[in-house]
Amino acid sequence: MGEMMRYETPSTAKEAVTLMAKEKGVAFILAGGTDLLVKMKAGMLEPDLVVDIKRIKGMADIKKTASGFSVGAAVPCSALTENAALVKAWPGVVEAANLIGSKQVQGRCTMSGNLCNASPAADSVPALVAAGAKVVIAGPKGNRKLAVEDVPAGVGRTNLKKGEIITAIELPKKLPKSGDAYLRFIPRTEMDIAVVSCGVNLTIDAKGVITKARVALGAVATTVLLVKDAAKAIIGTKLDAEAKAKLAAACSAACKPIDDKRGTIEFRIEVAGVLARRAAETAYARAGGK
Amino acid sequence: MSSHVKTTINGDAVEFVCANDESLLDVLRNRIGLTGAKEGCGTGDCGACSVILDGRLVCSCLVLGAEMNGKKVETIEGMANGAVLHPLQQHFIDGAALQCGICTPGFLMAAQALLRKNPDPTEEEIRFGLAGNLCRCTGYDKIVRAVQAAAKEMRG
Repeated sequence: MGEMMRYETPSTAKEAVTLMAKEKGVAFILAGGTDLLVKMKAGMLEPDLVVDIKRIKGMADIKKTASGFSVGAAVPCSALTENAALVKAWPGVVEAANLIGSKQVQGRCTMSGNLCNASPAADSVPALVAAGAKVVIAGPKGNRKLAVEDVPAGVGRTNLKKGEIITAIELPKKLPKSGDAYLRFIPRTEMDIAVVSCGVNLTIDAKGVITKARVALGAVATTVLLVKDAAKAIIGTKLDAEAKAKLAAACSAACKPIDDKRGTIEFRIEVAGVLARRAAETAYARAGGK
Repeated sequence: MSSHVKTTINGDAVEFVCANDESLLDVLRNRIGLTGAKEGCGTGDCGACSVILDGRLVCSCLVLGAEMNGKKVETIEGMANGAVLHPLQQHFIDGAALQCGICTPGFLMAAQALLRKNPDPTEEEIRFGLAGNLCRCTGYDKIVRAVQAAAKEMRG
């Protein structure tokens, strides 16, 4: 493995960007390292430069902002569970992030890293997409924001440009009478990778009618899917049986999965609908719907 | 290339030089001489290398030694109070919650992290809390019971 690997601990995002932008060799950001170090050990990656962002001020902070929450790119997933306001506002997101790996992994892994690793089965990503989260990106040409669903470009690839790094994930303020939920199917009870996953976030009115919804699927295509037809299927309803059937059908129709040892195409398509229905039920109950 | 690191391990100031791509586990075992943390898988799946880093349970195989400047590391070697075993250690022995023992330091560190956060866990919470630690000998039941017994004793 890389005998010549340089290890840098910049104290500002600007320094980190400069290091990443100027590097002619292979450069990676180190946050939790739970993907990066495994790949290095396996010989899949041989970085010339690793830029550890954990010493950048604010990078490990969860901030309540005027527009919601800002979760620094180096916040470990286990820290999310310790922020009562965040858990109350976005329980689905916090639960999704804490389905990643074991307690040991959760003590290190970050949502930003989960997103940048760009696995289609990343647990936190469908929940973030359903929540309408955005990433803040620092780069050589300044800062920009991207919707979470626009970050992955394919399996293991993102739309970040050379020198760009994610500094935070922004979650919107929770609207009144809203709820989110994330569910995944795995053949075991813990410590596994999603075969299919689904995040749902919805808002209801005083009568329990859904006014807004976002539905996202994971592990059924090369990237996370934001399924607009699934949201349409439940907006204007009280999540009755017919709405749930349409939601499930829209989710199944959106799937473009592969066959592999963890699940077949047929199975994934079927289960996507089942999970969407169940996640919507939980989100609806969390919004205060009956 | 290498890093010169000043850190705290089990309350002691420690200084070491390590290769930039060297894991904390390798530093502990090969440079500091703390061989309690074990390498089972080296990929964060088995938990045999569990240590507590700045209060959080982590797999030391998935941490770089170079990251340790100014950090606080707790390993199994710091668990007993001199010759007096920690209640978790004592109950693992009393309850025969081990056979070959390779996984035991990791289980003890994970159990300690769990009980600090949750002094009165349910059986289910213990099983989820220890799900990142693999044991191929015991079938886990004796481990769960030992943690329950230690938690009871520690609550007083």
